[in-house]
Amino acid sequence: MSGAVLHVVRAGALTTVQDAGRTGFAHLGVPRSGALDLPAHRLANRLVGNPEEAAGLETTVSGCALRPSHAVVVAVTGAGCPVRVDGRPAAWGAPFVVPGGSLLDVGQATVGLRSYVAVGGGLAVDAVLGSRATDLLSGLGPAPLTDGDRLPVGTQRGRGAAADVLPYGCVGAELVLPFLPGPRDDWFAPGSLRTLVTGHYTVSPASNRIGLRVLGPALRRAGGREGELPSEGMVPGAVQVPPDGLPVVFLADHPTTGGYPVIGVVPEESLAAAAQSAPGTRIRFVALRSGRPAL
Amino acid sequence: MGRAAVLVETEDGEQAQALHAELLRRRASGEFPEVREIVPAARTVLVGGLTDPRAFAAAVARWDVPPVAAGGGGLREVPVRFDGPDVAEVAALWTVTREELIRIVTATPFRVAFCGFAPGFAYLTGLPPGLHVPRRPTPRTAVAAGSLGLAGPYAGLYPRSSPGGWQLVGTTRAPLWDPARDAAALLSPGTEVRFTEVPG
Repeated sequence: MSGAVLHVVRAGALTTVQDAGRTGFAHLGVPRSGALDLPAHRLANRLVGNPEEAAGLETTVSGCALRPSHAVVVAVTGAGCPVRVDGRPAAWGAPFVVPGGSLLDVGQATVGLRSYVAVGGGLAVDAVLGSRATDLLSGLGPAPLTDGDRLPVGTQRGRGAAADVLPYGCVGAELVLPFLPGPRDDWFAPGSLRTLVTGHYTVSPASNRIGLRVLGPALRRAGGREGELPSEGMVPGAVQVPPDGLPVVFLADHPTTGGYPVIGVVPEESLAAAAQSAPGTRIRFVALRSGRPAL
Repeated sequence: MGRAAVLVETEDGEQAQALHAELLRRRASGEFPEVREIVPAARTVLVGGLTDPRAFAAAVARWDVPPVAAGGGGLREVPVRFDGPDVAEVAALWTVTREELIRIVTATPFRVAFCGFAPGFAYLTGLPPGLHVPRRPTPRTAVAAGSLGLAGPYAGLYPRSSPGGWQLVGTTRAPLWDPARDAAALLSPGTEVRFTEVPG
């Protein structure tokens, strides 16, 4: 199973090539990028026998449809969705073979937003700075898929892992976002952390791969703390608060430096759920202290 | 900053550059192998990927960081044609002629303080405070790749076309960003930069 090409029959709303991202170039202004739901991306790779960091596809809400030139092993994880091969139901969360010339349809997400499609051998598009990820902030990596694209598939090396049961635990009715306060919580009016943990916040439809935007009570600056900070380094999960007072939780394509104060940082393991939460989802921010929930 | 990073604040930009150089020296000698990112900025250095951020923060506070040594980060000469649309305006702000502006910019020892905004966009320090100019009141929707701009304490080179509000004094044809190259960014933090004039 080598030399296969995936023909993109239906690109979907926003389907990008993603892997574990480009680490180690933030000092040059290069975002990390990579799959927003990394555990789902890794799992899909394991199911088809790839190294966890192999490149696959990340869909957004509406899935995608692909026609491989030769038989390939495929697994779909992340957002729950109907999966079909030539119209017949196929497994979600388990490896299966798509015969050459057959149509794989990854359907509309029913739970969550982003599905991950791993192909045995991985996608062999050109790497940029060691990664094949599409970075929508700085335009590195392949462009988002369009109908008619052809994606080269690498050589299958391993055998897929068997999984009897695949728990799906990513998305609940409420998005819980623990965060460690700081480093700039002192830039906000007294009581702002309380507002953040008690206010009624929801996921904004303006969210994207750069950040989870949030609707709810605006956080006000402390007296004398107007304007911008001198630019400083940012991390994934940083909760940056622009002048409108509405927090933005930085995701994989976030800018490497920024001048708006960061009131807290969400640990990376909680960002997969953030990336799977639909607009309108209620958000509960939970302040952590010393890495433990403040009870 | 979160569970795995420390944002080290310094007194000023000069100290941030010195701390950045010290962090690179220590990493090169094998300290903190787990660190994935060292990101200098205006008055901070972010260290990411730490397993014990508290211990690291405590250790950094005890370091005796030497000032930045000249020549430590390599030197790049960047040829510039002083044909930017804001040359006259900047010269007026500096109360000098165009020729004097060119002489000042080419005689100033610049250093890359940090990168950001876009891959390979370098913020260069070196202009004395009296020569700092404000951003343009309305940013341009498209600044050409290779443009040399000035804003506040910084000079910067646009690696590719993008919107921008800096005062543009020239352009370079130097390849500022090429991810296929070993060093993708021509100018990385710590690099010293001298501009030379391309006539015409």
